[in-house]
Amino acid sequence: MGTWHDYLKAEGTPPEWPYPVKFGEEKEIETDVLVLGGGIAGCWAAITAARNGAKVTILEKADVRRSGQGGPGCDHWCNVPGNPHSRVDPDEWAIQEMEDLGKFSNGIGIQIQCREDFDTLLEMEQMGGKIRDTDDEFVGVEGRYEDTKFMISPRYSAKAGYGTHDDWRKPGFNPPETRNNVVLRIWGSGFKPILKRECKKLGVQILDRVMATSLLNENGKQGNRVVGATGLNVRTGEFVIVKAKAVIMSTGGGSRALWVADMEHGGYDSTNSSRNNSSDNIYMAWRAGAKLTMMEGSAALRFGTGLKHKWYTGGADASYENVSLVDANNKVVPAPTQGWADGGAMFSNNAAVRADIKERIESGELQLPLYGDFAGMKPEEANATWNLMLTEESTTKVMVQTMTEAGFDYTKDQIMNYTYMELQPNEQYRTIRGGGLLVDWDLKSSLDGLYAAGGSTFSAEDHSYCAATGRYAGRKAADYAKGVEAGAVCRKQIDAEKERVLAPAKRSSGIEWKELHFGLNRVMQYYVGGYQTEHLYDLALEEIKRIEENAVTELYALDPHKLMRCIEDLNMIEHAKIKIQAMKERRFSSPALGVQRLDYPEVDAEEMQKYLLIYEEDGETKFERIPIRFWGNMKEEYEKHNPDYAGVYKPEN
Amino acid sequence: MGTWHDYLKAEGTPPEWPYPIKFGEEKEVETDVLVLGGGIAGCWAAISAARNGAKVAIMEKADIRRSGSGGPGCDHWCNVPANPLSRVDPDEWAIQEMEDLGAYSNGIGIQIQCREDFDTLLEMEQMGGKIRDTDDEYLGVEGRDDETKFMISPRYSAKAGYGTHDDWRKPGFNPPETRNNVVIRIWGNGFKPLLKKECKKLGVEMYERVMATGLLNENGKQGGRVVGATGINVRTGEFLIVKAKAVIMSTGGGSGALWFMDTEHGGYDSSNASRNNSSGNIEMAWRAGAKLTMMEGSSQSRIGTGLKHKWYTGGADASYENVSLVDANNKVLPTPTQGWADGGAMFSNNAAVRMDIKKRIEAGEFELPLYGDFAGMKPEEANATWNLMLTEESTTKIMVQTMTEAGFDYTKDQIMNYTYMELQPNDQYRTGRGGGLLVDWDLKSSLDGLYAAGGSMFSPSDHSYCAATGRYAGRKAAAYVKSVEPGAVCRKQIDAEKERVLAPAKRSGGIDWKELHFGLNRVMQYYAGGYRSEHLFDLALEEIKRIEENAVPELYALDPHKLMRCLEDLSMIEHAKLAILTMKERRFTSPALGVQRLDYPDADPEDQGKYLLVYQEDGETKFERIPIRFWGNMKEEYEKHNPDYAGVYKPEN
Amino acid sequence: MAEKVYAIPNVQTPNVPVKINPEKCIGCNNCVETCQIDVFIPNPKKGCPPIILHPEECWYCGCCVTDCPTPGAIRFNYPLPLKPRWRTKETGEIHQLN
Repeated sequence: MGTWHDYLKAEGTPPEWPYPVKFGEEKEIETDVLVLGGGIAGCWAAITAARNGAKVTILEKADVRRSGQGGPGCDHWCNVPGNPHSRVDPDEWAIQEMEDLGKFSNGIGIQIQCREDFDTLLEMEQMGGKIRDTDDEFVGVEGRYEDTKFMISPRYSAKAGYGTHDDWRKPGFNPPETRNNVVLRIWGSGFKPILKRECKKLGVQILDRVMATSLLNENGKQGNRVVGATGLNVRTGEFVIVKAKAVIMSTGGGSRALWVADMEHGGYDSTNSSRNNSSDNIYMAWRAGAKLTMMEGSAALRFGTGLKHKWYTGGADASYENVSLVDANNKVVPAPTQGWADGGAMFSNNAAVRADIKERIESGELQLPLYGDFAGMKPEEANATWNLMLTEESTTKVMVQTMTEAGFDYTKDQIMNYTYMELQPNEQYRTIRGGGLLVDWDLKSSLDGLYAAGGSTFSAEDHSYCAATGRYAGRKAADYAKGVEAGAVCRKQIDAEKERVLAPAKRSSGIEWKELHFGLNRVMQYYVGGYQTEHLYDLALEEIKRIEENAVTELYALDPHKLMRCIEDLNMIEHAKIKIQAMKERRFSSPALGVQRLDYPEVDAEEMQKYLLIYEEDGETKFERIPIRFWGNMKEEYEKHNPDYAGVYKPEN
Repeated sequence: MGTWHDYLKAEGTPPEWPYPIKFGEEKEVETDVLVLGGGIAGCWAAISAARNGAKVAIMEKADIRRSGSGGPGCDHWCNVPANPLSRVDPDEWAIQEMEDLGAYSNGIGIQIQCREDFDTLLEMEQMGGKIRDTDDEYLGVEGRDDETKFMISPRYSAKAGYGTHDDWRKPGFNPPETRNNVVIRIWGNGFKPLLKKECKKLGVEMYERVMATGLLNENGKQGGRVVGATGINVRTGEFLIVKAKAVIMSTGGGSGALWFMDTEHGGYDSSNASRNNSSGNIEMAWRAGAKLTMMEGSSQSRIGTGLKHKWYTGGADASYENVSLVDANNKVLPTPTQGWADGGAMFSNNAAVRMDIKKRIEAGEFELPLYGDFAGMKPEEANATWNLMLTEESTTKIMVQTMTEAGFDYTKDQIMNYTYMELQPNDQYRTGRGGGLLVDWDLKSSLDGLYAAGGSMFSPSDHSYCAATGRYAGRKAAAYVKSVEPGAVCRKQIDAEKERVLAPAKRSGGIDWKELHFGLNRVMQYYAGGYRSEHLFDLALEEIKRIEENAVPELYALDPHKLMRCLEDLSMIEHAKLAILTMKERRFTSPALGVQRLDYPDADPEDQGKYLLVYQEDGETKFERIPIRFWGNMKEEYEKHNPDYAGVYKPEN
Repeated sequence: MAEKVYAIPNVQTPNVPVKINPEKCIGCNNCVETCQIDVFIPNPKKGCPPIILHPEECWYCGCCVTDCPTPGAIRFNYPLPLKPRWRTKETGEIHQLN
């Protein structure tokens, strides 16, 4: 029951499209602050802007209630050095975190996160989010504080970042007295519906099922102030035009899909990313003339042997966070976990650890398969892991439920893990910080009127980063909107965009979005794959040009949903081009950037000290280089830009 | 226009199934010799059985005119040491060829091929096949004999087999005077329709679009004489029961699909095998109680990054036969080709050559991408390669045509090659000889009444092998049927088979064939993948059992075509079990068998000296070992078994 | 066998990312609204279970199950290749989601 085929069988005809089809029709809206993408960052931006007095509108591809990567949930509120149990200074921690995340992390965003995300969390609690073990379900779990009922997570407990420690799992390592206590376990699966409720309460205008397609520049000129955006209703095809004094880009990021031809296999972007993450931010910002950075740094991930297991059901790089891996004979695999004993490290990022394990498997010391040893944990910790951490984590709640119903018992059982088993070698695992919009201390992009938050900024981080930066961007955008008049949109720009967006819907056959996607994947796999050179990049750019000339012009969409997928793939094409141009411009190899070039195998120390910016001016690609610590002294700059920061929101009633 | 969606758009309802639905209906047929599978081997078997006086019927999944791996064409008639230009003795050549193909090649088949495939080729010519350059299109091409107009191919010209030579491409290597001259270039694209015409002329009954599903044993007892087979019409669902005095199994083989989750990407089994090749031979023979061998030698090949290029359009291991590979700067790669200069070797099988190239690419000596250098060949040879070899080769005719129309000029252009470019490393290429039915010097299986030909027997070879062994099996089966009465089929066995076959058609929801296929692939990739051990094999068998218990009872087919795919995947499940059982039984590591075990990393010279047989007796799995050269003295045995061989067929009129 | 057979393309895999129990489903379409990617569309017949239209785009986020107001009306259904496996530590017995 329930499939399309069942319906056909029963009714003798496929269902008609269930929504009114409004291709060509328009809707016009005016607002102060327009938020593009209603995920975690977008919701927080909208709420904060509204609380700061702005009239706010959100465009969201899905339903804000559960949309975005954080829609299903979140189990960790990371980097909360402002929490009462923290043993670190937020400003010092921010510097450590920035350094440990690698050269090209986002110091601005991290500083904001470290300073404000405890406030953000408390606001979450105000709205009704559960952030403490108020029901005393996890009494006795290490890290739980009886006075506050906060549950401190082992993550980052010995040092900032995901790196492993030389002395992990040695006796006396990471004792309770010296732990950082910077990460909180939280009940995030309830957060997103609460955020939507709050938006509604604040009168935020929510346009669900509307995909943002482009930014509108003042007078239609690339590089000018951003004065609005266009959108497409993904159910009706209606074209939405929003005039706004300020726009916040918070559509997430998404670059792995460029390589992974795995649309159908739950492995589209990564095991955790929303299926709707699809380079929208890159495309829109680029066309509007905003500066992007870290574009060369995105990377391919595991390749499809089809239908990959998701992270917590044993996906090829699953470490199960704080759960130890054991081999077929229950021998503990020498891989650090994110548990207390190992200081909250993450082994899958450590190539040496992986190579060591591989060798031990090959020599017969460890026997496949491996298992996540829930049964070997202290029962309280296993309980907290299964029933709090995994139950509240994005996308894993339903796995916990399904497996529990099927008889999985976390006190007795172990989950099979497929690391090392597959034909595909683990070395193909490669990850790197993502590209996105360059932002300043106001989270403003290089364009007036355009702000960015969450996954849309360069080198973005996790859930609480998205929340805190969203909240911050909302505040700043609201301030900005107060001081400016609405700018003039350009009908010509709108008309051109409308024509671009609707073009595939006007065709009823040709090349469908999946073929386009696979075609782009092939380009990336062949030319921007195992070996990279200038010559291969040029071939890639030439081929993408051919795709644009021959395939894009034949792209078709049978309904508004498929039209959304078409536009996403057009965004990915633009993303791919920008990325390749940026990679080409970086004439060196750098593990930190995930760039390995055959023609420039050496690291260029001077160049490594710079962010590479890329943007378009009058239709021409421009590059610019700025120092990697361009944000200055994080503490000072943060304070300079936020002298009036009021802390946790005080509801009026 | 032309897609299913176009129809739906125009008509508002999907098309009805265009063929009468006859699920449950039966058709009964009696014959002398029943041929299962009307590919190259099956057609030759049918023709030769009919010419030897038998009443013959063929069951074929597709239309015989173009069915099977050889349906689209064939460019080489390999191992024709009996041709007038040959410089080798057929019997000696057969031994060399057998040895060079590795420890587990099929000496019986090779001997038959070497002795009889020139006769087979001449019979092809009798039927109208073009085997000589009668139109003088290729004057001046090296290897062309002006007297016979035969076109000798460089393949195997320096030695038997595909191995490389130590002194390839050195001056004076492989001079015209000493070449073996054992392979002939032919115009095989026209062969298949001619074979069908001949079958018709001879009164062979052809049951097309009928998939063979099960063998019938005498009185229904496993291990008893084979006295017929059942089939299912893949368009109507009608169930076919054929009583026969002898049955020839010639449905091809197919093992790559066990690992290959690529049903949609033209890469299902391999780049050259027919999409319909799907382990039917294994399953049918196994259930009837016939002995199979080399089942542990089945192997996976490249893993999908989605939609792979086919062989001659640059697939990851394409050597373009006799076309040299050059790098981006036109530097010739040190890889032997199948051209004269290299003695007809094939580099993709040589791991050392591949590693060497990989290293040189990494060192910058060669620049990617590589190209197949048609433009660098002598114009006559390029012409023969493009317009004869590739045009007549299976599946590449259409590539030649399409590329030519698009402007490819073999005198000036080079085809891009994707070897080494993909993120997926070449080392995953792994091959082993295929498993299949054990046969004796009559190409009889271990069961009375059951013969095998072509790809259905163990360690088969190529097109001319299929033709010669088909022709031989047809002769032997015809001789057998003269001396026996029809055996009694068992209604109970038929009813059980009918129920098994039709079961998925009775369900309209559940698990579709693709999901079953992907599920099986996952088992093979995880448990019989990169690392192998007894424990992993056991896990695989347990999981297959779960699939059989939980998924197979839910398998559904919406129409007879999808029912065929369901049945194929059921065959593959059986095949997978046998592959794993035999891998498990072989407690050693052997590159020749493609078996690499973590728990038994060493070779076992004694066990490696044996073929491992597997079969079922009263429902129990049995193993047996026989020496690898069990066929005895090839020349003597062949002559002993064929004292009255009459050579080329003499048409009566 | 009297049922009409249509000529339709092969079924996608996965085709049934969730199983809907028509006995329990009240046709409220909450899942249609919750789903990020429009895997479902509402059934033209009011009160009937939704129709799974884009199953291959499912990213297994599980929100449709989490948010369903009628327990058991909609259940997760990992396709065969994705079914998790686990082992009971003491006995070594392997289990797999069915």
